Amino acid sequence: MNDRPASTPPEDRLLLTAAPHLKSPDSTPKIMWNVVGSLVPIMGAAVYFFGPSAIVVLAASTAGALGVEWLFGPKGSLKDGSAAITGILLGLCLPAGFPLWMAFLGGAFGIGFGKLMFGGLGQNPFNPALVGRAFLQAAFPTAITTWPSTEMEWAAWRGANFTLPLQGGEAPDVVTAPTPLGLWKFEGEVTDLWSLMVGNTGGSLGETAGVLILLCGSYLALRNYLNWRIPAGIFLTVFVFSEILYLVDGARFPPPFFMLFSGGLMLGAVYMATDMVTSPVTHLGCWIFAAGIGILVVLIRVWGGLPEGVMYAILFMNAFVPFINRATQPRVFGHGVAKGGKEPKP
Amino acid sequence: MWRKLTFSHGVHPPEHKELTNQVPIRRMPFPDEIVLPVRQHAGRPAKPIVKPGDWVERGDKVAEADGFVSVPIHSSAAGRVVEVGWWPHPDGTMAEAIMIQVEKYSPQIPRPRQIPRWEGLSPQEVVSWVQKGGVVGLGGAAFPTHVKLLPPKEFPIQLLLVNGAECEPYLTTDHRTMVEFPHRVWFGVRIMMKALQVQRAVIGVEKNKPDAIEILSKTRPPDLNAEVIGLTVKYPQGAEKMLIKAVTGREVPSGKLPMHVGVVVQNVGTISCIAEIFETGLPLIERVVTVTGPGVRRPSNLIVPVGTKIRDVLEFCGGLTEDVTEVITGGPMMGGAQPNLDAPVTKGITGIVALTRKEARIRQVYPCIKCGHCLDACPMFLNPSLMGSLAQTARYQEMADRAHLWDCMLCGACSYVCPSNIPLSQMFALAKYQLSRLRKKEQAA
Ligand code: SF4
Ligand code: SF4
Repeated sequence: MNDRPASTPPEDRLLLTAAPHLKSPDSTPKIMWNVVGSLVPIMGAAVYFFGPSAIVVLAASTAGALGVEWLFGPKGSLKDGSAAITGILLGLCLPAGFPLWMAFLGGAFGIGFGKLMFGGLGQNPFNPALVGRAFLQAAFPTAITTWPSTEMEWAAWRGANFTLPLQGGEAPDVVTAPTPLGLWKFEGEVTDLWSLMVGNTGGSLGETAGVLILLCGSYLALRNYLNWRIPAGIFLTVFVFSEILYLVDGARFPPPFFMLFSGGLMLGAVYMATDMVTSPVTHLGCWIFAAGIGILVVLIRVWGGLPEGVMYAILFMNAFVPFINRATQPRVFGHGVAKGGKEPKP
Repeated sequence: MWRKLTFSHGVHPPEHKELTNQVPIRRMPFPDEIVLPVRQHAGRPAKPIVKPGDWVERGDKVAEADGFVSVPIHSSAAGRVVEVGWWPHPDGTMAEAIMIQVEKYSPQIPRPRQIPRWEGLSPQEVVSWVQKGGVVGLGGAAFPTHVKLLPPKEFPIQLLLVNGAECEPYLTTDHRTMVEFPHRVWFGVRIMMKALQVQRAVIGVEKNKPDAIEILSKTRPPDLNAEVIGLTVKYPQGAEKMLIKAVTGREVPSGKLPMHVGVVVQNVGTISCIAEIFETGLPLIERVVTVTGPGVRRPSNLIVPVGTKIRDVLEFCGGLTEDVTEVITGGPMMGGAQPNLDAPVTKGITGIVALTRKEARIRQVYPCIKCGHCLDACPMFLNPSLMGSLAQTARYQEMADRAHLWDCMLCGACSYVCPSNIPLSQMFALAKYQLSRLRKKEQAA
């Protein structure tokens, strides 16, 4: 009856694992490396707009992040890809002419104090890239707001990339350009939407190509590697809030589309606020988190002393994530149901 | 009102039912030896009433029920009792079992027996036949069926819900039963409706079995107030609470049973087994088992005598392939890995699934990245991420107080989606076990 000799192997060849024995194909490194992959086009755009400076700044911040993870992180944790994301994201929110040693330091600080100090992957309350960025903002306020012009020759260095620590601040021969937000804040000038969308403006490396960021984010959202509710919620709140302000006084407040596409909002909403570790786990929580960020962004931009508020808005809301999670726990199945099993009225 | 026939959350593991869902059920030949553990059901184990040397015919009682929540066990083949001792149990432990040397060349004809005429029986008599037949839930939990048929007076039952969802991947046991024995299923429904004195019955079938839905609808006896409902394909659609939610929209309150919302759920296989009692008079001595998975050479649906060793069943299906890594009894989502293939097929075993490295392997565990995927998967709306972090530091009591551990039904949906490969449902099972042990100790003290 059998065409081949039947065989049942000795049991010592069999595994004994706990149920469930099937596993979805997603894994944490796969998610992380997909995020890295989706950042590649954005890095490409940065190189296109800012030339070789973009490459070296990104490389320096990533090297800082990876180096500290390798030195102090758990063994093999480089392979999970999360340190690479931190380094790249930090690089993307730095200006092209940023000194490399500072970028390196920022990456190292972000991983060291933003993540490893709390116990490594999954334990940190704040987005490590933003921790690094906040540190740089506090330590080197001038360097981080020196924006090179986009009109320079492609191959030219965009600033004092190669200054060394403690070297005197001799001004490099660089044409600087204001960012759209700076233009609006300090000169009352609104950049046209088209330039904002395609990225042809001054700004940090990854802050310029809004449409591209949206596309890359959509890819992640489609694969469920990113919770679309967070960027959607941020955009919605920023839009509605600034629309109201614009309607109240169109001369004082910028139009909503300008708010959406200028500065670090795109990068922040799509890549930083959605960091899984530092965002809420419930859907309702994500909406609340996003709304909080949106409102804070507009408040800081319009009334704060700085033109840009995305970073602080996200860090601020990160702090509330544990409370949001606790407050938005959904009703457990079978709890609070009336006799007869009718669902309770919400 | 239009309503989607399902529950919220849940997961979509690959189904892999194509391996066996068109393979007709065959009868497996009698093995040389059968092993009948006295503990094949939830509740108290049965008490052996035979001793080594005794001769038993097929269908003879070999162990009797010990109390109300217990059922008798019958021999699935004619032969001589060789030993009453300890033997590996498919749940991974050792259990007291009756070993029977099956008589070679026996025609395996059972003793002539009385076939109950259900029309003339009272509901209580029907239920007592079910208990005498040793019937337990054949969907996997193996809870004695007659207990479910005798709900206390204060819970009037309005609906008999027949579970044909079969949401576990790979398994096609219930599917083939419905397709090949639709009349038997309806006959069983009729008897159960009588036993429960309910006016209405619903058979819920996942929509990935259109042939089963069609044939059941076609063969429905016109005088029966019953219908067949196609359900959304989603795991764990076949969990009692989820099935009730999908069909009736009612939620079984936490810590309560289906009868609290006026429903009794029975598995399709159980229903057809009860029908067989009233057709042939034979107790539960064999069951349909799906033998499948990439690690089996000839995936099949078999009628297996209860007590056949897993090894014999696998041999009959052509054996295992070279690259097999794990053999599971039950479905791959909730079933247990087998440490010992000499363990027998018990009443509660729905399938034997042999997996290869592609699916079953040791995976590296990463820290929880708070992605929230487990919350989106949990059909009970729990927070597996929080429970997991509490479990890591053995804060079991806190898991129960703060995170509703006791509402977890260990379906494994959370572990299935977790990208960090955290063994969530395994930790919850352990936590429940530890807590109940603690409770017992407290009661003893
Ligand atoms: S095993 Fe428990 S916690 Fe996990 S999904 Fe199922 S019910 Fe929810
Ligand atoms: S699915 Fe896993 S990694 Fe994601 S929140 Fe749940 S436990 Fe954490």
